[in-house]
Amino acid sequence: MNTVKSFLKKAKTFLIFAGPTTFIFLSVVILPFIFGIYLSLTNWDGIASDYRFIGFSNYQTVFQDQFFWNSFLLTVKYVLYTVVFVNLVAFILAYLLTSGVKGQKFLRAVFFVPNLIGGIILGLIWHFVFSRALVFIGKKLSLGIFSYSWLANPQKAFWALVIVSVWQYSGYMMLIYIAGLVNIPKELVEAAIIDGANGGQRVRKIILPLMVPSFVVCIFLTLQRGFMVYDVNLALTDGGPFRSTELISMHVYKKAFLAQEYGIGQSQAFILFIIVAAITLTQVYFSKKWEVEM
Amino acid sequence: MKYTMEINDMKARSKNVSSYLKYGFLYILLLIYLFPFYLVFINSFKSRKEIISNPLGFISKMNLSNFVNAFKRMSYLDAFINSLIITTISVLIIALFSSMTAYFFVRYKWKINKFLFLLMVTSMLIPFQSIMIPLVRIYGATLKLLDNKWILIYMYMGFGSSLSVFVYHGFIKSIPLELEEAAMIDGCTRVQTFFRIVLPLLRSTTLTLIILNVLWIWNDFLLPSLVLISKVNRTLPLSTFYFHGTYTSDYGLLMAGLLLTIIPVIVFFLLMQKHIISGIMQGAIK
Repeated sequence: MNTVKSFLKKAKTFLIFAGPTTFIFLSVVILPFIFGIYLSLTNWDGIASDYRFIGFSNYQTVFQDQFFWNSFLLTVKYVLYTVVFVNLVAFILAYLLTSGVKGQKFLRAVFFVPNLIGGIILGLIWHFVFSRALVFIGKKLSLGIFSYSWLANPQKAFWALVIVSVWQYSGYMMLIYIAGLVNIPKELVEAAIIDGANGGQRVRKIILPLMVPSFVVCIFLTLQRGFMVYDVNLALTDGGPFRSTELISMHVYKKAFLAQEYGIGQSQAFILFIIVAAITLTQVYFSKKWEVEM
Repeated sequence: MKYTMEINDMKARSKNVSSYLKYGFLYILLLIYLFPFYLVFINSFKSRKEIISNPLGFISKMNLSNFVNAFKRMSYLDAFINSLIITTISVLIIALFSSMTAYFFVRYKWKINKFLFLLMVTSMLIPFQSIMIPLVRIYGATLKLLDNKWILIYMYMGFGSSLSVFVYHGFIKSIPLELEEAAMIDGCTRVQTFFRIVLPLLRSTTLTLIILNVLWIWNDFLLPSLVLISKVNRTLPLSTFYFHGTYTSDYGLLMAGLLLTIIPVIVFFLLMQKHIISGIMQGAIK
């Protein structure tokens, strides 16, 4: 009798404190995730209520799908460039904006502004910049590089995506690097100056090693956002010209919701999950090791 | 003596050069960062003809007709109110439920709690794209709950709780038990202890999470584009996007529409600037 009572009391506490979160979390994240694995093994087309279990044949189709792998490789290329450039620009900005420049609070705030605005709006703004303003400048000054819209050329459209992403995220990562730089003990840097270390040596021997945790966070965030980017892709290039800038998220979206091949779309989405999870876990694992060694 | 003075002089000069370079670099970059916003601003006052003949030229006359038209045609007020309702309610519910859950997980180390916490942390690895198809299938075809603000808020609660529980969990671990024990001895129940003692201590964490969640939910596009179907339910990013699809080449109108969607965010930033910047810096350290 007592055990029943104490169990009921425990259950009541659980329901009050964790009930809503648990129920909503399970029904919005975990249930669709598991159901998704099942869907990827069926031939559901989105409309018909009767669909069959077809085993792994969707995955087979995906592995042979040239468009999927093109899109995937393009995404990897995009992620590599954005991770490198976002972090490079962000670190340089953070370094300069913690060196006691006049108006550094104002500058930090301005560089951060793109992060306040959603990817859709940013993509639309830059669509105008690339297709109108830069073309106008290119024609006026007869600069060959801008004389045609970047968005009409596959290679240049890809770089347009990278540029917009760097512009969008560098301010955010800059704040994280600033937080790291501000927390470096002043005595350490002063001691190095007294010992005769020049600027470059101070950066290499003291600042960079102490900044490893900030790098870990920023690389993690840029990696994740890079693989999942959709809004800017949609608003800036819409995958064009000729599907040449269709990153993986957009590819999955189109496969499922436009081509109505839900089973195949879900298989691609699941492969995306495996890859993103593997890459992030590897990154976190190596960074932890790196952090300890430094 | 003279010699050392010369050296000092040289040092000062080279310092000057490097600081000029630094300022030059920063302000050139600043101009590049602001250039797109400048273009949106000036062109929102111009007609289509003026923009095509010179998209860089400054405003010749204050013409507000683009704003009036954009405001009407993108149902700005409806979209703004939808965004406001969805964002406010979502972030408040996430903060309340997640803090309660995190507190419970820290103070009661039951097996199920440990399991659920682990499940939430691991679930942060799942990209949204990997669950959007079954999500639409379950809430659309099966339950017929789509095209409704409240179901969107429900989903934000589901997607947002993992990170918030995780961040609260980290902070609550550092709160000493003694404070709560004293309250419990005085006859407070668990729930009262949480609301009177613990919740006030979580103020700065809550503020950080609210800011991160506002930026996410206010600007989110993909989830609302799947959930909200009819025009009256559209949020600001949705209505801006569809507005763009309808008036593709009416540049002045489009720029005015973009400026109208940017303004609320900038106002929010100006009001909360200190909290936003320190919130993101703290969010990263945790």
